[in-house]
Amino acid sequence: MQAEQISIFIENKAGRLSDVTGILAEAGINIRALAVADTSDFGVLRLIVDNNAKAEEALKNSGFTVRKTKVVAVKVEDKPGGLHRILEILKNARINVEYMYAFIQQSGDKAVMIFRFDQTGEAIKTLMDKGVTVIDGKTLSTL
Amino acid sequence: MIFNIEYETMPREALESIQLKRLQTVLSRVYATVPFYKKKLDDAGILPGDIKTLKDLEKIPFTTKQDLRDNYPFGMFAAPMANVVRIHASSGTTGQPTVVGYTARDINTWAELMARALSAAGASRGDIIHNAYGYGLFTGGLGVHYGAEKLGASVIPVSGGNTKRQAIIMRDFKPTILTATPSYALHLAEAAEEMGISFKDLHFKAGIFGAEPWSEDMREEIERKLNLDAIDIYGLSEVMGPGVSIECLEAKKGLHIFEDHFIPEIINPETGNALPYGEAGELVFTTITKEAFPILRYRTRDITTLNPEPCICGRTHVRMGKVSGRTDDMLIIRGVNVFPSQIESVLMQVEGVEPHYQLIVDRKDNLDTLTVRVEIGEKLFSDEVKQLQELENRISKDIKETLGVSAKVKLAEPKSIARSEGKAARVVDNRKI
Ligand SMILES: [Zn+2]
Repeated sequence: MQAEQISIFIENKAGRLSDVTGILAEAGINIRALAVADTSDFGVLRLIVDNNAKAEEALKNSGFTVRKTKVVAVKVEDKPGGLHRILEILKNARINVEYMYAFIQQSGDKAVMIFRFDQTGEAIKTLMDKGVTVIDGKTLSTL
Repeated sequence: MIFNIEYETMPREALESIQLKRLQTVLSRVYATVPFYKKKLDDAGILPGDIKTLKDLEKIPFTTKQDLRDNYPFGMFAAPMANVVRIHASSGTTGQPTVVGYTARDINTWAELMARALSAAGASRGDIIHNAYGYGLFTGGLGVHYGAEKLGASVIPVSGGNTKRQAIIMRDFKPTILTATPSYALHLAEAAEEMGISFKDLHFKAGIFGAEPWSEDMREEIERKLNLDAIDIYGLSEVMGPGVSIECLEAKKGLHIFEDHFIPEIINPETGNALPYGEAGELVFTTITKEAFPILRYRTRDITTLNPEPCICGRTHVRMGKVSGRTDDMLIIRGVNVFPSQIESVLMQVEGVEPHYQLIVDRKDNLDTLTVRVEIGEKLFSDEVKQLQELENRISKDIKETLGVSAKVKLAEPKSIARSEGKAARVVDNRKI
């Protein structure tokens, strides 16, 4: 049920982000979700795209350090308290969220959040037991 | 095996007494025969007779590469040309070449010291030595050659170049000792492999590699690829040539300097002050037996340490560490001497770090700052910023602990640091001093 995310190391230099988006555009890859975590001198760019293998190849060929990470895509009710409910479930199960960010597209009346957990399998099981919808990687890339 | 048991295992006290006597003799000789040294000593207010202990050597002014250039070509010879039987010269890629000469006795001494060196690496009569050092003005080829003959080994004077022919000779003549620069040895292994000749099937037991600095990592690589014991040899034409010092096969830990012929010192390259055993600094040599080209307190610009601990091989001669850098590369950051090679060895201790780094020195509000850029490869890249920051902090802490200097570590994208050789790309010094 887990999904795959591509992470890229980038130095904080003007135009570096657009270099990445340019490479992906040229390779015909669609970015479905994107988040940047940065410090004063470098950043980690996290991407969900419609074709991981192709994106990884294109970026590596351009000299980027690329890594694939397991993440979990979760449907969140698009109403007050929707995200809170999920975070409560995780807190009670003592599962740590390393980071999370929002997916660009909605799935029906629900928003999609991407989560990175310290214990991916445990997190998926806990969420599904509580009736939360987890989207697998394949479905995610077709959303 | 020890070639000259008497001198190589002499108790230190006896050795030092011989050193003093020989030093006093050479001082009187150069004072009388070389105007350059007479002037230097006169200017410093020193007479040869003032040197009464080995410690007094510190009173004598240094000799530098520039002094040799200023006296080009024969100005520093201490013997008449009628007694000089050989002349060698450095390549002189940066400025005038430096020229050195040898009397018949000097050539004999050199052969003896090279025979000692070959012995220390395990060679003896009956061995076949494949000598791939260049023959010519460069001291490498002929230096090894004469030593091999003195030892009674069979020497193949193959010299450098024509790698394919070398591989065939190695296969057919079955040499047991290889002498070459470490980089050429690796090149030779690759070329031989391409021709279907594997070093595993050859007969080498040891290789003696020098004329350029090489690391412990390179030793491992050479030993693995060439299937032999890799021994480090050191020498420079200004002092003699190859055979000034050599590692022993038994310990492979430090190069024994033939102290009955050379007096080594380690100095602080900034102040010129002599440093105690164990401290890293610039290696300085005084030759005490050479006739044609004696040299006093020659600054090699090589950075190393001296270790007087007794060695398991039985030799009593002091050991110098592998050369870890050149004073030309040295940076002074807030009064601390920093060599790029030291930073490199700290980085190499961190698993997954590749040796692609750059040092950037700045001066902000009269305070020097050091930034170390380190390329991040796939092995080290974590998706989590926290872990990358921890990595930066860890390297920074290791640098502080090892070198005593604070550095800001910045991870850099792969291939973002220029790959060209040497100092230029490694160090960016933005200070205006
Ligand atoms: Zn030894």
